[in-house]
Formats: sequence, structure tokens, C-alpha cells
Amino acid sequence: MDIPYTVEPRPDTGLYNAKLGIWLFLASEVMLFGALFSSYILLRTSDPNWYHADLNVPMATLNTMFLITSSVTVVLAWASLRLNNYAKFKLYGILTFLLATAFMVVKGFEYNSEFTHGLYPATNNFMAVYFTMTGLHGLHVLGGMIVIAYLLGPGAKMWNTAPERFTNRVETFGLYWHFVDLVWIFLFPALYLL
Amino acid sequence: MSIPEERFVDEAGHDDAHAHGEHHDESFIWKYVFSTDHKTIGIQYGLTSLFFLLFGFCLMLMMRWQLASPGAPIPIIGGFLGQANAPGGIMLPEFYNQLGAMHGTIMVFLGVVPMIVGAFGNYIVPLQIGAPDMAFPKLNMASYWFYFVGGVVMLASFFLPGGAANSGWTSYAPLSIIATMGQTGWLIGMICLINSSLLGSMNFIVTIFQLRAPGMTWMRLPFFVWAQLVTSFLLVLAFPPLEAAGAMQLMDRLAGTSFFMPSGLYVSGQILEYAGGGSVLLWQHLFWFLAHPEVYVLILPAMGIVAEIIANNTRKPLWGYKALVYSTVFLGFMSFIVWAHHMFMTGMGTVISAFFQTTTMIISIPSVVILTALLISLWGASIRFNTPMLFALAFLPMFGIGGLTGLPLGLAPADIHLHDTYYVIGHFHYVVAPGTIFGIFAGIYYWFPKITGRMMNEVLGKLHFWASLVFINCIFAPMFLQGLAGVSRRLYDGGAQYSHVQPVLHWNTFISYSAFLLAAAQILFIVNFLWSIFRGKRATANPWEATTIEWTATTSPPLGHGNFETLPRVYRGPYEYSAPGAEDSFIAQDAATAPQGG
Repeated sequence: MDIPYTVEPRPDTGLYNAKLGIWLFLASEVMLFGALFSSYILLRTSDPNWYHADLNVPMATLNTMFLITSSVTVVLAWASLRLNNYAKFKLYGILTFLLATAFMVVKGFEYNSEFTHGLYPATNNFMAVYFTMTGLHGLHVLGGMIVIAYLLGPGAKMWNTAPERFTNRVETFGLYWHFVDLVWIFLFPALYLL
Repeated sequence: MSIPEERFVDEAGHDDAHAHGEHHDESFIWKYVFSTDHKTIGIQYGLTSLFFLLFGFCLMLMMRWQLASPGAPIPIIGGFLGQANAPGGIMLPEFYNQLGAMHGTIMVFLGVVPMIVGAFGNYIVPLQIGAPDMAFPKLNMASYWFYFVGGVVMLASFFLPGGAANSGWTSYAPLSIIATMGQTGWLIGMICLINSSLLGSMNFIVTIFQLRAPGMTWMRLPFFVWAQLVTSFLLVLAFPPLEAAGAMQLMDRLAGTSFFMPSGLYVSGQILEYAGGGSVLLWQHLFWFLAHPEVYVLILPAMGIVAEIIANNTRKPLWGYKALVYSTVFLGFMSFIVWAHHMFMTGMGTVISAFFQTTTMIISIPSVVILTALLISLWGASIRFNTPMLFALAFLPMFGIGGLTGLPLGLAPADIHLHDTYYVIGHFHYVVAPGTIFGIFAGIYYWFPKITGRMMNEVLGKLHFWASLVFINCIFAPMFLQGLAGVSRRLYDGGAQYSHVQPVLHWNTFISYSAFLLAAAQILFIVNFLWSIFRGKRATANPWEATTIEWTATTSPPLGHGNFETLPRVYRGPYEYSAPGAEDSFIAQDAATAPQGG
């Protein structure tokens, strides 16, 4: 007996299994990053000697652009599959992957310049928060890159056997990717601007 | 309605009929080790967590030996513990601290939760809601293997220099930051366990929302499924903050950050080389934000098991099913805003204390509603006193004692006296040991025939029950006396150096002997368990004459992949026992029409 509602939505919940699954996963992610943001607020407000390093705002702005654009391309990739246009899905999928890569490269340059200026996680609690939160976010970007690479590479075979399920997978990935984007939208002002 | 016996005799034949031609010979390793079938994974969870429960219990026995006779060499095993832990068989204080920290960690995170959620939830929930498997079988397998790796890391940490984690199961900063390498092992192990829990609990929620069989509406769900659903929400939402806290503690330990390190901390006359500015209370907040909901993760599924068994053996519907469900959901919400009642001693301020006292008093209301509903369910029933029912019945007063002794701890003025004494130990062990673990035993005796196709021995079971009930009370009841007299927990010598506790110290010997006798009583269970797997009386599909569909719609043990021959359809609530005018004393949930009398 097959597991029901892997592809078509269950009538009374209106969701297919993976969509509910990814929403729950994102709820847990909200709690994960929520705990980190709360810790940041608590540490910063309770420390009279809070030291705030000036980070590279132009580079972070560029990175924000990369991630926002990649959120658009991932939607276009999914929409292309819905329109049965596999070639365009490939194009937008690869664009998403490249934008994520660009983000990681810029982040790498930022880390490098911080290290050369003697700013390490142990330097002070602002740098500790900065490296922990951007590091964890970076791991999420990396995870997303692995998933989209899989969907473009070996996972793409499913398009021929179960196109609807494959489209759902891309949609589910898109939801995750928007979340990763959203975390950065919060991190950018909280760490770079405020 | 009962299922004709012959349908279940030839199990192998059934398997073939079920295979629909897609069956292929799976090798042993894929069928039993890297299985994606929820039943196999449930059994894997069950056996692994039984091992850890026994292991954690043995750690406690060593501590009890030390408390009863401080400084005496441990008999038999003392020589095997190594020079670093117990030179000449005499336990060192550092080793005692490791045992305390790891007993708590192993019992909670590697024993009880994987047993009651991982094993019972995995095996029973899909069967009770009429699903062919969990919604995500591969994630289910990943969840088990994260748990397994986490367990191996925890065990391996005993062999690190300085031994395993020794800062208590709560791992309070800054002690845990400057502790030996075992603490790093603890953190890595915890991160594995948290990931395992997250994968598992998301899977449960999706399964219960999406895979309920036709007709299985929300108010027809067995109460056990409701308990698992609320538990899963607690795990999904409360565990990630601890994961964040664990990541921050790892950073403090490995990268030298100061999340939890205050400025200017002196240790052994030297100022520590940390930037400082961190908050030690932050760790406590993040830890208890998980660890208080975790208490309900431990107790809710046990309540679910007990409710199933009570309804079955009173042969009556549960009293107040809807009240039980709403109370459980309310309890789940409230459990997120009571955590700081563990922190009255930290000086966080009277306003915050007042808030958390109030929420703590509020959360006791749904707990009492649940307990009362289960108690009233017994009223006027002609009760079948089989082994699962005995454990389920004992759960009620035992959890009652645990819950009621918690009230003084929830009020700051009383807590300031009782905090960190043996009173606290007695209180939460009444909730989880004769509470949850009795629920686990009840569940094992009850669902054993479903899982193995054989019954457990009733005589051995009843002996096991009565011995366990007596000895477990002899262990934990005197702890209230010791705690009220002011014996602190986590003392290597059991309090011998304090003059004010001398009048109650003699209880240490009594408690320890009770613990050893409790251990002896568990041999009855182990023998019964192993003997019954191979030699137990053959069970029918529905030996307890139950109504829920894990009993009525499939075999014992259930069919391979897919569980059911055809998807069951559900027509009624979960507890239609002794319906007036019905022929049988129970009507199955999947019975289309109630069989008529005559």
C-alpha cells in the first residue's frame, strides 16, 4: 500500500505531505534563529561595555541583492515547471545556484578581511554573535545549494517519471530558500546597520 | 466484531498475498538495519532505548552504592572502572559527578523519550490512525540513526580524558564551559539527539494530519494519538532553542567566545582569559525553555498509554474524552511559559517570579483534569486486573504524588527552601520513574502481543509489577523527608559532612538497598521479555478485545510494508466498550454496523 497524499493535496488539510513537513521544519527553524536573535538582544542590552565593530555594509548590501534575486529565480524555476517548460527551469535553477555561490564567495571575502583585521569570535561578544549567526546562516545557504544541485542533477530524473512530484519538490525547496533569504533580511540590519 | 482466527494463522502466506508482485527479497541489512518501515524502526528505537534505560539505571546503582557507604570500594565492578575513575574500586568525586550528569542525560534523552515517542509513537501511531507507514519513511530512518550516533557519542565520551560530562544534566554555565572534554562530547551528542527528535516529531505531525484513514476524524482519534501529536509539537518548537544554546556553548568552549562567560571570572585564584560580558542566566533560560516542555514530552505519551489501557480494561468508554483532549492541548500551550520556575533561586526578580508562579499554578489545572478523568473512568467498572492494567492503575497515584509535590516547588517562597534538595529529586522521579516508566511498562505488556505475536507471562508480569511498585516507593518517598530536612542533591558523600542533616542520613542506606532490590526485580522483566519473544503463548490478533484499529484491522504482528490488507475505514469513536444492545463487549472502530444481539 502506498503512502497517500505524497503528490496530491489531502482535501481536508489542503496540503500534500511534504508541504506540511517543510512548514513544520521552518517553524522549528524560526525557533532556532529566534533563540539566537533573543540571545543577541539580551547580551547587547545587558552589557554596558558593548563593543560594536563596523562591518562592511556595501558588501553585505551586495549579498542582500544576491539573495533577494535568488528568491525570485527560485520562484521562476518552479513556475517554469508548472508551465511545463523544463529548459527554463534548468536556467532559473542554475541561476539560483550561482547567486547562492556568489553570496558564499562574498561572505568568504568578508570573513577573510575580518580575520586579517584581528576580529575573531573570541574578540568580543558582538563578533561572537556575528560569526555564530552568519555562520549558521551560511550553513543553511550551503544546505540549500546542495539541494538545488541535487534537483538540477541526479534528482532531475524524476521529471520524466513523476513530473508533478518533482514540481512539488522544487516548490518545497523554494519555501526553504525563501526562509534562508528572510533570515538574512533580519541579519543584515541587526548586525550591519543597527 | 472479532476477526476470524484462521485469517492470521498463516502469516507467511499473507505476506506473499500482500506483496502485489512488487515484493523482492530484501537482504537482512536492508530489512532489519536500514529499514524504512515504521514498525522495524519502532522496534529499533525500543531495543536501543531499553539498553540505555538499563545503562542509565546501572549508573544510578553505582551512585547509590557510594551514597550508602561513602568511600567503600564498589563490589565486583569496582575493579573494572579504571584508575582514573575509581582507584582500588573507590569512586572518586569527579567520577560521581560524571555518573550524575550522564544518568540524567541518558535517562531523559536516550532512554525515556526515544522509548515513549520513538518506539511507541513509531510503532503504534500509524497503526492506530490506519496509515500504511509514517509520512516520510526515509526521514524516519534518519531520525533513528541520528539518535543512534548521538547515543554512541555519549557513551564514547566516558573514554575521553577527564571522562564524560560532569556538570549535571543541566550543564549550567560557566561550570560547563570550563569543564573537561567530556562536555564537548555531550554537546555534540545532544545536537545529534536534537536533530533526531526534530525529524521524528515533524514526521509524527505530518503523519497524524495527513494519513488518518477515511472516517478517522479528530474526535475519533485514540487519546494516545492526541498525546503524541501534542508531544510532537512541543519537540518541534522547544528543542531548537536548546540547539542554538548548544551551538553557543560549543563556541564558548571551542572558539573562546563569551556567550555564557561573565567578565572577570576567577577560577582557582586565576582570572580566566575570556573577553567576558556574557550572561550565565542566558544558558539557564534557553535550557529550561526546552527542558520544561520536555517534562510534558515525558509524561503526555505515558498518559496516552495509560488512557488506552484503562479504557480497554474497564470495558467502558473513557470518561471525558473531550476534556482530556482539550486539556492536553492547553497543557501543551502552557508548557512554553512556565520554564523559569526552575530559576527562582537566580535572583531574576520578584515580578518575573510572580509571573512564572502564576503560570505554573495554571498548568496544574489541565494536569489535574487529565488525572481526574482517568480516575473517574474507573468508577463502576468491573476491572480486568492484568499486568498492563496494574501498571496503568499504579501510574495514577504515582503521577499524583509527583504532581502534588511539585506545587510547593512552583511557589517561589517554598522553592527557596526546597531548591536543589532531595525533595526535588523525589518529586521529578515520582513523575518520570513510577510515572512515565510505569507507563512504558504498561505499554510494553499491552502491545507486546501486537508486536511479537506472543503474550508475555502474566505471573512473572504481576511479580514484576508488585516488586517494582514496593521498591520504587521505598526509594523515592524517603527522599522527600531528606529533602525537607535540607539534604542537597549532587553531594558525593550523600550529605555526611553537614551536621543539620544527620537525623535523616540513615535513609541513604535504606534507599540504596531498595534500589538494588528494584534492580533485582527488573530481572523478572528481562527474563519474561526474552522468554516471551521466543516461547510466549501465541497471541490472537486482538487478545485484549480492544476497539482501536491497530488490534481490529490487522494481524499480530501486522503485515509487512503497508500494515493493512486494505485501507481501513473508520465509523466510530475509539472507546465503544459495553455498548447497550451490542453482542460483544466492544465495537471496533472499523466496524460498519454494530453487531446485533442474539
